[in-house]
Amino acid sequence: MTSAEEKTAIEIDTPDDSFVQMIKKTGGPNIQNCYQCGTCSGSCPAGALTNFLVRGIIRKALLGLKEQCISSPELWYCTTCYTCTDRCPQDVKPTDVIKAIRNVAVAEGYMLAPHQKTALKVLETGHAVPLDKESWENLREKVGIERIPPNASKYSEAIEEIKKLAKKTGFDKLIAVKEEK
Amino acid sequence: MAKKSFYHFLGCIIPHRYPSVEKAVKLVFNDLDMGLLDMDGATCCPAPGVFGSFDRITWATIAARNLTIAEAGGHPITTGCNGCFASLWDANYELKHDEELREIVNENLAEIDREFKGTIEVWHYVDALVEVAGLDKIRKKVTRPFKDVRMVLHPGCHWMRPKLLKQKDDSERPHIFRELCETSGAEYVPYKDELMCCGAGGAVRTADIKVALEFTMQKFESVKEAGGADMMITPCPFCELQLDLGQVEIQKHFEKEYVLDILHVVELLALAFGHEPDEFGLATHLQYQLRKSTPLWEKLGIKVEES
Ligand code: SF4
Ligand code: SF4
Repeated sequence: MTSAEEKTAIEIDTPDDSFVQMIKKTGGPNIQNCYQCGTCSGSCPAGALTNFLVRGIIRKALLGLKEQCISSPELWYCTTCYTCTDRCPQDVKPTDVIKAIRNVAVAEGYMLAPHQKTALKVLETGHAVPLDKESWENLREKVGIERIPPNASKYSEAIEEIKKLAKKTGFDKLIAVKEEK
Repeated sequence: MAKKSFYHFLGCIIPHRYPSVEKAVKLVFNDLDMGLLDMDGATCCPAPGVFGSFDRITWATIAARNLTIAEAGGHPITTGCNGCFASLWDANYELKHDEELREIVNENLAEIDREFKGTIEVWHYVDALVEVAGLDKIRKKVTRPFKDVRMVLHPGCHWMRPKLLKQKDDSERPHIFRELCETSGAEYVPYKDELMCCGAGGAVRTADIKVALEFTMQKFESVKEAGGADMMITPCPFCELQLDLGQVEIQKHFEKEYVLDILHVVELLALAFGHEPDEFGLATHLQYQLRKSTPLWEKLGIKVEES
């Protein structure tokens, strides 16, 4: 999805604003204030380095083009640096909009395998970056602190609690079922 | 005045990959007479990029569980990671201001007999150092000033952005982090992309490491254009990992060599306060381990005995 490709006309038969409503719920109320000035994209380091165009995604969302928004791989190039959010003259909070669109994407099965793995690690160990090798424990000893820190690496009850919470919110299913996509 | 104590939220990267930061902060807080309490059973914050992007409710629920540990003990939290700060501070804020979210989250927490009450605050190490200890007291502790050492900064994103919410510093012209780093006596060297993200956040490093490294390279090039530097200071271990280990990864993926010492701000202060690099294991950074190298002691102006 480059800016040039975007110049082709977009045809919409049935305007559907349910997508925008979903985004507003998780990402904040102001997306419809966007007047496409491009301050966000102009500030965006991801936009400068890749095809990711935050203004374009917001436009598509406003047009109800859900599938195009959630299936685009570029959606995952935003580092959530919040520069656009600090600069947007209309208080759209583009970063939160992007995160909201990602929430929808994930709910519909668009999840990258490495992200799924990271999420699974949290459910299994309590940590996204776990203490999973003896060498990491050695490293701790070398700097002069206890081999195992007082977090979930030490307290397995904590992991049990996280598993219960993930079950309650349905997160365990969210990251388990869609292994193929 | 009673000694101010904080629950020490470790997160994942500090205790599991850059433990030198964990040790350094203990030295520095102790020197400044501030307490750090273990936060038993804390988990991942959880990672704001991945969890926040996957499911806001789960993100807020797991963050809230961490907050309840501190609430039970009645002390504020401090963390030295911009990512953990983003999760814990933002969740704390949102849960205090969004009734609907709080209700859902507390319903989830009831499952494990916990409840978010909204009684504590979340501080970054930077806040604790600047607001509780104060720059004057910090300056007085400096016994080994970094004289004639060129220092570039990487403040990162989530400590100060979104600025309207965080209300800490002007994110276009921040000065607080710089002033803290300048207490070390090093010479602040500005560069064009100082305020640019390191590239790791938002789940990008996990999604596509090459894209993440392109951010990092742009920053290093920008430092070069500014005449180069002897060290780069950051308040975040995830940025530190990206900038430190990232140098080895850049070499592998792009065949470009950058050699720059990356220090967490508490590592900088530990050295400035006169602690030896071995006291907290500065040389254990992943860059040095993988390259079988050491910090560029001479550039840092530190004398070490060759072992
Ligand atoms: S900066 Fe704000 S108003 Fe301008 S295009 Fe981006 S989101 Fe829309
Ligand atoms: S938050 Fe995302 S969209 Fe906004 S400027 Fe940063 S990388 Fe770009």
